[in-house]
Amino acid sequence: MEAFFSNIDKVVDGFSWTVRLTLLSALFSFILGVILTAMRVSPVPLLRGISTAYVEGIRNTPLTLVLLFCGLGLNSALGLHLSDQVMWDVFWWAVIGLSAYTSCFVSESLRAGINTIPVGQVEAARSLGLTFTQNLRLIVIPQALRTVVGPLGSVLIALTKNTTVASVAGLGVQEASRQMKLMFDQGIAPVLPTFFGFAVGFLILTLPMGYLFGWLSKRVAVVR
Amino acid sequence: MRVRRISTALAGTAAMVLALTACGTAEVGGGEGGGEGGGEGGGDTITIGVKYDQPGLGMQEGNAPVGFDVDVATYIAGELGYTPEQIEWTEAASANRETFLQQGTVDMIIATYSITDERKQVVDFGGPYYVAQQDILVSADNEDIQGPEDLAGKTLCSASGSRSANNIVDDMGIDAQLREAGNYSECIQLLTDGTVDAVTTDNTILAGFASQQPDAFRLVNNPFGEERYGVGLPKGSTDRCEQVNQAITKMWDEGKAVEFLESNFGETGFEYEETQPEIEGCA
Repeated sequence: MEAFFSNIDKVVDGFSWTVRLTLLSALFSFILGVILTAMRVSPVPLLRGISTAYVEGIRNTPLTLVLLFCGLGLNSALGLHLSDQVMWDVFWWAVIGLSAYTSCFVSESLRAGINTIPVGQVEAARSLGLTFTQNLRLIVIPQALRTVVGPLGSVLIALTKNTTVASVAGLGVQEASRQMKLMFDQGIAPVLPTFFGFAVGFLILTLPMGYLFGWLSKRVAVVR
Repeated sequence: MRVRRISTALAGTAAMVLALTACGTAEVGGGEGGGEGGGEGGGDTITIGVKYDQPGLGMQEGNAPVGFDVDVATYIAGELGYTPEQIEWTEAASANRETFLQQGTVDMIIATYSITDERKQVVDFGGPYYVAQQDILVSADNEDIQGPEDLAGKTLCSASGSRSANNIVDDMGIDAQLREAGNYSECIQLLTDGTVDAVTTDNTILAGFASQQPDAFRLVNNPFGEERYGVGLPKGSTDRCEQVNQAITKMWDEGKAVEFLESNFGETGFEYEETQPEIEGCA
């Protein structure tokens, strides 16, 4: 364990990148997820079709493939660059890949939340003269969000752990599990304590998330 | 009647247990006596670990691997008294080479295995049979990069777990950007796309990739540093190590080594060493 703690600055640096990837991807996947859900329940068949195709397509593709496509396909083969600095170029591609993937799960959770809202409410809102957008913004999405806080917490935990794929799938982004492998490769730390230390590091990130979302979901639950 | 039958059975079992114990003891004694020479001549097969994903060195084609390391391994095994049919090939990835030798999964490892002081503490090395050097691979139409100092401001591919790119950036202080890929195949893909300007690692490995597409890449042939490729053996196999060293010397004396290098890297413009590297003594 001592060898692990003597390299604690490297470990902390690795996790700082995990946190950056997680927070940015969480933000973008939440925004995209809400948009996808709105499209999914919209009265326009084309929007519904696009949303369904996107969610079903990406949700059922392994994350490794999604990120490989971003790294080797879009970034390398097509030469799309998001920054002159290679480090940030791959970082933003990882954020895009993770957001594209996670937004599907956000969208599916939200859609489940929408299904819990009694149809009568939507009908009442319509009869009061609210437009579709007003209905969604004022009645449906706020209630749906409050219902799915718990599931969204699970999505966030999954996202945190999924950031580890970003370092192996075509991008080589700096994050905690890459730091761990570097420590093995350079032989500067024994294997078992290092595994254990990094696992605990992830627990420190994800356990509070679980509790926070659990507490929040009780607090904001819609009483019916 | 019944009681007697059971006691007979018990007596029989006891006798068998005794016999087995005696047998076991005898075997242990015999094993210790003949242990050291056990593998030589009399052994039916020899298990050799090579790379399966390194073109030009050890690359799986069909059921068996091919490449320079495989040719060297076949020759050394021949000198040890094993025909090519008696060789069992096993894939030895970089990460599990020490473990394979320690656990006896393989008898010998010839897989771009550099001799280092850290590794010598856990395994024995015969050889080196070749001294590779670090070099740079660029696309064929790139004329700017002639050596490591030309990499300043360029993007360099580094394979996960390899120190080669860090040698240039950290140790030589050249200001290149690193793009990390999972392995060298991925680096070659990035080089083909133009996402990175250069790939750096052992010249043998680069030449192996270049041999797959001789027209697409150019090996800079401005080598630096050295990686002494050894024959990995389990710790404490001094006799086997001496035999391996004799085989390596014979391989170079007969001109077989150059022949193997030419057949694997001939088309790539790789200026390989044509003299035998100095053998290190066995521990």
